[in-house]
Amino acid sequence: MKKRILEHFKNRKDKEETIPKNNSGIISHSVFNKFFLEVASITIFTLRFFKEAIKPPYEINELMKQSFLIGFKSLSLVAVTSFILGLVLTVQSRPTLAKFGAESMLPVMVAVSIIREIGPVIIALIFAGKVGSGIGAELASMNVTEQIDAMQVSHTNPFNYLVVTRVISATFMLPLLVIFGDTIGLLGSYVAVNIKGNVSFSLFFSQIFQSLEFMDVFPAILKTFFFGFAIGLIGCYNGYYANKGTEGVVGKAANSAVVYASLMVFVIDMMAVQILTLFQN
Amino acid sequence: MTNIKTSIKTEKSSNPNGEIVVEMEHLKKSFENNNVLLDINLVLNKKENLVILGKSGTGKSVLIKCIVGLVEHDEGKLKLFGQSISELKEKELTNLRRKIGFLFQSGALYDSMTVRENLEFPLKRQLISISKKEINTLVEEALENVGLSDTIELSPSELSGGMRKRLGLARTLILKPEIMLYDEPTTGLDPITSKEISKLIIEVQEKYNTSSIIITHDIECAKLTANRMIVIKDGICAAEGLYKDLESSSDKWVKSFFE
Repeated sequence: MKKRILEHFKNRKDKEETIPKNNSGIISHSVFNKFFLEVASITIFTLRFFKEAIKPPYEINELMKQSFLIGFKSLSLVAVTSFILGLVLTVQSRPTLAKFGAESMLPVMVAVSIIREIGPVIIALIFAGKVGSGIGAELASMNVTEQIDAMQVSHTNPFNYLVVTRVISATFMLPLLVIFGDTIGLLGSYVAVNIKGNVSFSLFFSQIFQSLEFMDVFPAILKTFFFGFAIGLIGCYNGYYANKGTEGVVGKAANSAVVYASLMVFVIDMMAVQILTLFQN
Repeated sequence: MTNIKTSIKTEKSSNPNGEIVVEMEHLKKSFENNNVLLDINLVLNKKENLVILGKSGTGKSVLIKCIVGLVEHDEGKLKLFGQSISELKEKELTNLRRKIGFLFQSGALYDSMTVRENLEFPLKRQLISISKKEINTLVEEALENVGLSDTIELSPSELSGGMRKRLGLARTLILKPEIMLYDEPTTGLDPITSKEISKLIIEVQEKYNTSSIIITHDIECAKLTANRMIVIKDGICAAEGLYKDLESSSDKWVKSFFE
């Protein structure tokens, strides 16, 4: 069964071009089969990740290298986007709050928005675009040029070396990037507040920290681990099983990685909100 | 003597040692509904260069990937050094792979690493207790063997096609394998570089006493390197013999390779 599922995935991109439809144009049941085979395939991939992750040898050097490439190399992009995000959100929110005479609440409102929702989701989407596509394209390229096969014959478990390290790095680097991005976003907000007003740095941040609660910060950071895991895993899945025989396989793998990872970010976010609501009730 | 039958059984006696390192019997492999290998019978004797000829898409690469365990065969027997690989556990297969070198069609160099790191990679993975000094010596020696000493700090993207092939060969040979598997070693190269690679294959056989399977449809490479040849057609071994026997074969299809 597992073999069939993996065979299915290896050939899936060939079949994408010829989605089976019956004469009336209604998508036939084989599309559902394909969907469930795909779900089963990614489930097996995920289970394999956990199995390989706990099994030695542990690729510490590669893990460190990937953490540097995935985390450190994304800092500038996250910093710029987060700063703009904080700044724009503040500028856009000011008139509405001013209407209700609640302009003084601007730092708190922006902080809660950024920390609870906008920061994690936007940074995760940027991360999916940069890191998810990068991983997908890199592994697909390695697959096409037989580098993964070469690793296998060199006494190296390619899954452990390539997939486990990248997924773990993505899982732990995204929360750090989100914390960094949130901080920069708040700095952007501080700059925006001071464009029209005059609020001191200490007043701005003390107002924010006084209003923030543990349940504003903790769940928001916790969900970013899941975002990072999903982005890393989907990128690796699309690259690792990229079909060698198809045209533009690297581009397709990168594209699929971004699309599905971005989608998963929203799905996980929705689930996180539901779970959080349950706890709060 | 050229044999042309439905599926021939290859001879074991082309070298005096007669020691078999690879043996296949009725090997079959298919991908979904595509039957790639229907009935492959072959043996590779020790210190022998066996060339496998065949048109593109006849499953030649799949055949050698079965040998190294990258592709799992469906039916038939496949023995390496007398051990049936389908009965081996993952760890045993990994250990057995240490004795096998595989030169991939594309060279399969790691793009994210330099030439030095490409050569260090298999050493660090397989010889865990090796010192940095020993690694350096082996790397420099391997590069010297293939005439690429001055490329040590370059990245693979800075190398030409022939250099990439030679570097792939150096990376494979650094662990001194007993069996070498060459997947179309001269494809995409100009005639002069092809000849250089073919000569290198012979040098490897003489220097390291390797047994080799060379997959190719380059007849010049086959002529230079082959001790014995097998022709694959429609998933079966259609003919076997020495180069000169196959060249003068009465079978039109076999002869067409040599024209």
